[in-house]
Amino acid sequence: MSKDETLGEALRQQGISRRGFLKFCAATASMMALPPSMVPAIAAALEKARRPSVIWLSFQECTGCTESLTRSHSPTVEGLIFDVISLDYHHTLQAASGTAAEAARETAIEENYGKYLLIVDGSIPTANPGYSTIAGVSNVDMLKEVAKGAAAIVAVGSCAAFGGIPHAHPNPTGAVSVSDLVKDKPIINVPGCPPIPVVISGVLLHYLTFGAIPELDSLSRPKAYYGQSIHDRCYRRPFYDKGLFAEGFDDEGAKKGWCLYKLGCKGPTTYNACATTKWNAGTSFPIESGHPCLGCSEPDFWDGGGFYKALSMPTEDISRTAVYAIGAGAAAGVALGALNRAKKAKATKAHEKVTINDLEKGN
Amino acid sequence: MTETELLLWVRGPALQVATVIFLVGVAVRFIEILMLGRQKDLAEARGSALAGGLRTIVTRSVPDRGTIQRSTFNVVAGYVFHVGFFVVLLFFAPHILLFHEVLGLNWPALPTPVIDATTVVTIIALLAVLVHRVLHPVMRFLSRFQDYLAWLVTILPLVTGYLAFHRVGVAPPPTLIAIHILSVELLMVVFPFTKLMHAVTLFMARYYNGAIAGYKGVKS
Amino acid sequence: MSASLQRGINAFKEQIDAPVASFFSSCVRCGLCANACLFHTETGDPKYTPIHKLEPLRRVWQQNYTFWGRFAKALGLSRAVTDDELGEWETLVYDSCTMCGRCSMVCPVGNDIAYMIRKMREGMAAAGHAPEGLIGASQRAVTIGSPMGVKLPALQAQIRHTEQETGLKIPVDVEGAEYMLLLSSMEIMNFPEFIGAIAKILKQAGVSWTIASEAFEATNSGIQIGVSEIAAELVERVVAAAEKLKVKGVISPECGHAYMAIRWEGPNLIGRPYSFRVVHIMELLDELREQGRLKTTGKESQRLTYHDPCQVARRGGVVKQPRNLLNMVAEDFVEMPETGTMNWCCGAGGGVSANERADEIRLKAFNRKKKQLDAIRPDAIVSACSNCRIYLEDGLEEYGMDMPVLSLTETIAEHLAGTEQTGSKE
Repeated sequence: MSKDETLGEALRQQGISRRGFLKFCAATASMMALPPSMVPAIAAALEKARRPSVIWLSFQECTGCTESLTRSHSPTVEGLIFDVISLDYHHTLQAASGTAAEAARETAIEENYGKYLLIVDGSIPTANPGYSTIAGVSNVDMLKEVAKGAAAIVAVGSCAAFGGIPHAHPNPTGAVSVSDLVKDKPIINVPGCPPIPVVISGVLLHYLTFGAIPELDSLSRPKAYYGQSIHDRCYRRPFYDKGLFAEGFDDEGAKKGWCLYKLGCKGPTTYNACATTKWNAGTSFPIESGHPCLGCSEPDFWDGGGFYKALSMPTEDISRTAVYAIGAGAAAGVALGALNRAKKAKATKAHEKVTINDLEKGN
Repeated sequence: MTETELLLWVRGPALQVATVIFLVGVAVRFIEILMLGRQKDLAEARGSALAGGLRTIVTRSVPDRGTIQRSTFNVVAGYVFHVGFFVVLLFFAPHILLFHEVLGLNWPALPTPVIDATTVVTIIALLAVLVHRVLHPVMRFLSRFQDYLAWLVTILPLVTGYLAFHRVGVAPPPTLIAIHILSVELLMVVFPFTKLMHAVTLFMARYYNGAIAGYKGVKS
Repeated sequence: MSASLQRGINAFKEQIDAPVASFFSSCVRCGLCANACLFHTETGDPKYTPIHKLEPLRRVWQQNYTFWGRFAKALGLSRAVTDDELGEWETLVYDSCTMCGRCSMVCPVGNDIAYMIRKMREGMAAAGHAPEGLIGASQRAVTIGSPMGVKLPALQAQIRHTEQETGLKIPVDVEGAEYMLLLSSMEIMNFPEFIGAIAKILKQAGVSWTIASEAFEATNSGIQIGVSEIAAELVERVVAAAEKLKVKGVISPECGHAYMAIRWEGPNLIGRPYSFRVVHIMELLDELREQGRLKTTGKESQRLTYHDPCQVARRGGVVKQPRNLLNMVAEDFVEMPETGTMNWCCGAGGGVSANERADEIRLKAFNRKKKQLDAIRPDAIVSACSNCRIYLEDGLEEYGMDMPVLSLTETIAEHLAGTEQTGSKE
């Protein structure tokens, strides 16, 4: 597959029909919340799009993001997209290893300087550069080096986007996100633990189609996928609105599929497309299988005070504090009350009998 | 401070501090009042002070006809915002969850659209009450700084709660929730030092009023 | 010793108790009490809002009996109550409050404002901020025995007159009588017919009674001016006479505050319960009616209404008795729109009538009563308080209304069965 091939040519070589391609474009448009009128434009743009060079860096990560991407939807058009982009460097997926692998990365940087797309998964340790190195190069150094010539950076997964689990308290490695280190490049955060595969591919498609990064929210997430909360699109939302809640994982409410808010669901504060695109080729998403949303696409989701505790709940034992406070208040009240009584008794003692001769002022 | 850290702070240390100030303050004031004591009535009773006191605690919630006619706005707006405030406080599912966690008590929630509408109505009633306080000669005359402060800390949880529920505004949702919780903590901290104490002491006041009258055989 | 600010503040500190503290803690400045007070509704002036009349007392409470008030005081953040302020509040506490307690019925948090005014007057009087009129009345009550200066010979003259007119013996200082009758100076001077009416009714009912020459005065300026020592001294006189005559009961006559003083405040003022019972004349008459010992004949055909004296009804608990009695003799008894415990004051109670300075605002406030009367247009008003009657008449005259104000006891007496009748009027 030549690097100069267009995406359209490549797809047709893979046996994807024009009809199938358009169908895919329509799905992409709807996913990105674009009007149907955009479908021909997307198709036209993608037909002509050159396969860009992509460098994928993995730092402190679990490979879950890659697993998500490669496994879940294969073999589909999304998967093929990765055949048609020029994935020039990826630890897990590339065939080369050792010096050859690093050489591929350097070559890609050189040949596509200023044009390649950098995808990062995993957070970057800053406490000690030795915590995570690749071919003797620390993550920080490698990120900075590769970022320099990138057209844009896509931080895939919550670790790259927000620091993720390595960043969780007490953060022993001093893990940080890509945006903590790189300030001068456009960064698209595609958080999730892992992110939804079609969201990753959709973001890449958007970039290929329009040659620009999509509209982002305040956390640099593409609004097309992260614009609505899980709660707002959740099929269990009517139960929330009616006040019907599962109180346990095996109670009547749980069996009836009632809202999982009381079991700690983070749906109301989590912005992601799970409730609409779902997982495993559109099969289901966690809430559908009876588990509350963990809020994995939000910053610091691991430190939010417990997965099974709603975000509005106290993190500490308020009941005990309340008992002590009432006790202390009662003791203080009795002490102050005694002072008041003493003051009143003093006033009573100081009382001088008021007679009819005392009713007017002396002078 | 990140938004999650802020949220954790308001749900943790800040809530602890607010709870301590609130409960210590309320307990102190409650006991201060009780300990001032009351002289035993030596006159021959015509009725029961206890029965009269308990009776008035309940009956004073319903204004007399003359008051309804002469102070219609106060009665209506007052009722709306009090009832609204407590409906939202006590029957919104996440709030019940909080009470369940702290008190161990559980009760059914109202549908969210009902809570949502109640919040709007309550906010409107509170705004009307403020305008009334500023414009009405008697209320303006009586008002002190703390009356406006009490108003502010009462409406803030409603407004911030509404914004957090609808996730309106520039701040991310966890921050909106944090601001909401913070506004409630502000209410708790201000409570024992202001007329907001009436939520507790009105039961004492009504009791004494009814007991004084009931002893004399009067229904007050 | 003369009055001083220090003594006044000291009295405030003595007077503040748990109810007062709960009341001040509960006030939300809603202003509803303003519309329950005739001095506010008829003037529209916010300063007559009942709770505002207590402001100095409230500040003494806050600065002395609340933790944050003590704290603010220690830091110098609060102003002490000054003598000038008490001077400013004098007219609010004495001239524009009759302690009628209507506000206490309306307050949504349950504040008994009249209860607090009564207490505040203790401090006001001790600070030398009681009105001249009440000071004079108190001095006469203590030295002469009557706030109006009525002495025993004057009563004796009225007794002789009544005996001649009715042919009945008016018992004086009869030991072992069932009841000892008290009279207000107003009755002795303005409504002596009351004595004859009582004599007739009690004769028919077969109740033995007496007047005590040493303690015939029912009124008590002490509770009006707010000096417990003076009030106690006046109560002691009645108690001593009642004990000396070994009566079973003391009858409080048609007077509002006299009933409050002897029935409810008395035992607390002297610090011990009585050995006898105290009844308002309405209570006694209603008891006799129930026992079938009070029989009337004929009915008044004119449209009558009943004015509840505040201290008898709202503050005293005698509400249904006068209505039972009135229904015996009235064909057309009509209630005012707000009545019983929600009745509007005549404007002259609580010492206002003894305070000439208050005349102007009292008459202005009477407009509230006028509106009530206009709503039902009665031919005559019946009441059970001489003070109410005099000042109702005064108000009616001021507003150009022609309407007799009758005593309920006298109205009953006029319809007494088996005695010579004047018959129903009209």
